[in-house]
Amino acid sequence: MFRKSWYFAGLFAIAFTTLVLSVPMANGQGMIQVKGSDSEVNLVQRLAEVFMQKNPGVNISVTGGGSGTGIAALINKQTDIANSSRELSAKEEEAAKKAGVSPFRVAFATDGISVILHPENPVSKLTVDQLGKIFKGEIGNWKEVGGPDMKISLYGRQSNSGTYVFFREFVLKGDYSQHMKSMNGNAQIVEGVQRDKAGVGYAAVGYVVGSSGEVKPGVKILNVAKDEKSEAYNPAKMENVMTGKYPISRPLNQYLNGKPSGKLLDFMKFQISPEGQEIVRKQGFFPVQANWAEFNRKQGL
Amino acid sequence: MSFGAAVSKAADMKELETSLREARRRRRKETLIERFFFLNGLMAILILGGIFALLFIKAYPAFAELGILQFFAGAVWNPTSYSIPRYGILSLIVSSLMVTLGALIIAVPLGVGCAAFISEMASKRFKEILKPAIEILAAIPSVVVGFLGIVLVNPIISKLFGVSHGLNALNGSILLAIMALPTIVSLSEDALRAVPQTYKEASLALGANRWQTLVRVSIPSALSGIIASIMLGMGRAIGETMTVLMATGNAPALTFNFLEAIQTMTATIAIELGEVPYNTTHYYALFVIGFVLFVMTFVVNLISDVILQKYQEVER
Repeated sequence: MFRKSWYFAGLFAIAFTTLVLSVPMANGQGMIQVKGSDSEVNLVQRLAEVFMQKNPGVNISVTGGGSGTGIAALINKQTDIANSSRELSAKEEEAAKKAGVSPFRVAFATDGISVILHPENPVSKLTVDQLGKIFKGEIGNWKEVGGPDMKISLYGRQSNSGTYVFFREFVLKGDYSQHMKSMNGNAQIVEGVQRDKAGVGYAAVGYVVGSSGEVKPGVKILNVAKDEKSEAYNPAKMENVMTGKYPISRPLNQYLNGKPSGKLLDFMKFQISPEGQEIVRKQGFFPVQANWAEFNRKQGL
Repeated sequence: MSFGAAVSKAADMKELETSLREARRRRRKETLIERFFFLNGLMAILILGGIFALLFIKAYPAFAELGILQFFAGAVWNPTSYSIPRYGILSLIVSSLMVTLGALIIAVPLGVGCAAFISEMASKRFKEILKPAIEILAAIPSVVVGFLGIVLVNPIISKLFGVSHGLNALNGSILLAIMALPTIVSLSEDALRAVPQTYKEASLALGANRWQTLVRVSIPSALSGIIASIMLGMGRAIGETMTVLMATGNAPALTFNFLEAIQTMTATIAIELGEVPYNTTHYYALFVIGFVLFVMTFVVNLISDVILQKYQEVER
């Protein structure tokens, strides 16, 4: 008990000192606020760190909270940049118009969500529709999709995850099975599937593919086809995601209030520059897809 | 009356007055100190009442909006549903009870047996190593225990029982048993050691062997302490969050099968409270879970208190 209270006292002292030291800095000039998507927060933080090293005097603070939180903050003019892994909804567009905010979209990276299996599972290819049925619990045995007679064991994220929401909207279009195990993060899903012969899970590509494109040992990445007529593609190959052939991918966006200028514009340009895109790649995401690069260019970035 | 006597009387009066004042001051001081300790005692009750009130106030809007039946009659928990949100907490309650019960089934015989060995059989040197070692077990962070559940217990269960994965209620029970073990062993051993030596000597003198002495004399005499240790261990098991969050798979479907993934009440709160929008039905519904959990632990403690008191009366 005694030791515990000392521990807390120490912790409190550290927290207090940090607070005191950080207050004058937060009030300084050139502070850029970034808020939103949890899938993007680590990536944007890394981008911001490198940008701040190159531009002394600029401070960028990046926080999470989810895409919806970020967009709400942009509409309330509480943030300069809203990270969002989805597009604005019609309701949000309307609210922005009412508040006199004109959202300006920049796509700065691409996220591909890979579906992983145990290497001993002979199934190598599924359609988006089949995947949806599997995760909804409508297909319960691997033999229904050409595999062995085994009960399918589902691994997914928890409801606070952006990937959980994206996969649900994009693949399931319905509720996840009540038998899906909700894991604490991408890494835990990979851990689980590695040890489960009947397992299937989804994770950001960065967690199952190394920086030089090799698949992590102990898992197999599924080829996914848009529908029965199309060919199936694997997200481990970068060009499959880049060209949009791999169906479960999404652009990662940032929304600003009107066309940016000054430091904000510099930061946007840095993110989509070759140097920024190299950081994106190192963090396990993909560079901006060709059509979105074109979209950025048309907006004058 | 002479002048001198009058003076001395006045001095006496003065002395008396000062001593009276002193006594009054001391009494005031004493009552102040008494009140201070009374307030300290009251504080625990106030905090308990405050937590109860807070949980109830926060949970009430959900009860008012959905009705009590929605919570206790439904087994589907899916507040962030794609179509219709459901708030049944039956499966969560069952899951919490399953892992707690499982943990106790494993930990009680092991823990009491271990305590008996330490207090009655082990040599002094071995005892000096064994007891601290078991107590250190309590210092392992729950995240680490949970991680062991994923990488170690998970494949072992899957191999032993021929299921595809071991992220289930059994895994959670085993881990919680490990976490409850130090409490049970340490406190049970203290209780067994506190049994008067004369009891054991009397039993042995009457011709009972060591086993009979242990089972019929020592353990019954130490029962109040042993029950208290089990209840404390149970409290730890039912409230533990991180370990079950990592090791039980968190699938909210209702099941009574120890080999299927489950989601406990604590895990649900931990997963969802971080991201839930404030003052929504979902937010209030999480407080309903907290409220139910609070009531459950309260009842467990109440029952253990009643048992203890009854037992002590018999002993007296």
